[in-house]
Amino acid sequence: MESSVVESEVDAPAGSPDDTVVTGPARQGRSRATRGVRGAIGVLAFLVIWEIIGRAGIVDRTFLPPSSDVLWRLVTLFGDGGFLQDIAATLMAWGSGLLISTLIAVPAGLLLGSLPGINSAVRVLVEFLRPIPGVALIPLALLVIPDQADLERSLAVYASMWPIMINAVYAVGEVDPVARDMAKCFGVGRLGMLTRVALPSVAPFIATGVRVASGIALIVIVSTELIAGGGEHGLGMFIVNASADAEHGDLLYAGVAAVGLLGFVLDVLMRQGERRLFRWHYARQEGSR
Amino acid sequence: MRSAGRSRPASFGLRWGVFVGAVVVWQFAVRLIAEDKREFFPPPTEIGRRIVHLWFGGPADHLFLTHTATGNILPSLARMLGGWAGAVVVGISLGLLLGRSERAHDYVEPLIHFFRALPPPALVPVFIILFKLTNTMRVAVIVFGVTWPIVLNAIEGARSVEPVLLETARVFRLGPMERLRRIILPAAGPKIFAGLRVSLSMALILMVVSETIGSFDGIGYSLYQAKQSYLLPDMWAWIVLLGFLGYAFNTTLLWAERRALAWHRGARGVE
Repeated sequence: MESSVVESEVDAPAGSPDDTVVTGPARQGRSRATRGVRGAIGVLAFLVIWEIIGRAGIVDRTFLPPSSDVLWRLVTLFGDGGFLQDIAATLMAWGSGLLISTLIAVPAGLLLGSLPGINSAVRVLVEFLRPIPGVALIPLALLVIPDQADLERSLAVYASMWPIMINAVYAVGEVDPVARDMAKCFGVGRLGMLTRVALPSVAPFIATGVRVASGIALIVIVSTELIAGGGEHGLGMFIVNASADAEHGDLLYAGVAAVGLLGFVLDVLMRQGERRLFRWHYARQEGSR
Repeated sequence: MRSAGRSRPASFGLRWGVFVGAVVVWQFAVRLIAEDKREFFPPPTEIGRRIVHLWFGGPADHLFLTHTATGNILPSLARMLGGWAGAVVVGISLGLLLGRSERAHDYVEPLIHFFRALPPPALVPVFIILFKLTNTMRVAVIVFGVTWPIVLNAIEGARSVEPVLLETARVFRLGPMERLRRIILPAAGPKIFAGLRVSLSMALILMVVSETIGSFDGIGYSLYQAKQSYLLPDMWAWIVLLGFLGYAFNTTLLWAERRALAWHRGARGVE
């Protein structure tokens, strides 16, 4: 039972559940350009339908402003110093939170993965702690941690630690025993074993864990900003303030679109980073598919 | 997995042994917390007393549950599971459709990735404007927020169908419904379940977030009420409940997955 929990929750790069970006060359009946054009048509169609609904007054315009208003508002916002500070604050909390949780979770996961005895005991604790949603801890954290930036960071660390740790534990078990034996035959020492056999094998799994964690960290940070709302800057705070301004619905929609864009860009960057850093890993997989 | 050599009872004993041990350690460790922060971390015995008092002090004809328990926990569960069920239906059908049609998938791919990357709690204010402070708003937030992981996994799953199987189905002249039921769904099953798990834990989060704003009942509402009134053991009781729910949902889904996909494990020669 406990083992199957880990197996099924691991977001292994091999079958990373939401990895739809790649399509094997075999089934690629159409070029990248065709796909790009079709994607652009899809986005355009979405915006046009939204524009029509907004302009035709099917939904009250203050509730759903047309897409052109929202897009224009978004463009002008990027010239607004206060808004840029909001983005910077959210990004800072995200980056520092993710960094801290990686620094904690990777060594912890690798250690647990290599010590089966302690692993099964700690894994039980992880199994009980993990389901507590980060947002459930926001009220407690609000009372204990006075500083807004510290608060966001701590909750982000708590929530984003688990996927990294679980992937790291799993990765240790995935090191190819043949490669390990081979290295031993060639007289590779302990250090060499770590840097040349274990790390290259483990790193792609950890990177996938970090990518999943990055999305979770952003969710927790934005939720905290939305609910706490006491800090000075942050995209969540921007959204709260915008939603209080009933006259300007476009401000709220632009804020939400900005959060979406931020999440989208971070996700794409991390996926590309993974592909570039671990090209050999993915090449091997596609070959074996 | 490989490490599963231990017998079931032993693993069960270890699991709850560690749990009880941790609770005992917690009970004594709270004394080490600095004086001015100690009230924020009540010992488990105090939280336990609050749990009994808050939820289980009701009359016998009410199953010993208090009105606080039924009046807040049931609406929350209804919102969460209702929203999740909606997302499951929409997500699986949309995902299978897009997974089988490359053309349709090309058109909507960027949009799907955008909506998936958008942190769903940010949508709460938008849905409040559209649906006001109603139950519809809360369910809509959950449906919209948790559909995307299911869609993406169903797409992946539907694409992973062996072409040979589909050709065989064509030879045997299976209709589209038969093909869906006997070939596409089983092949996509493991991926779909992975998506369901992600979306279920997300639904719990969104249930809490959507209930913190302008709500009059629910777990999220009670949690923040307790915080506002500075009732720390009550607040902890609700936190413990959320942890328990997260654990229970995940375990149930894993159990369902193991039953539904028993053939899959057999086919792969695992266990």
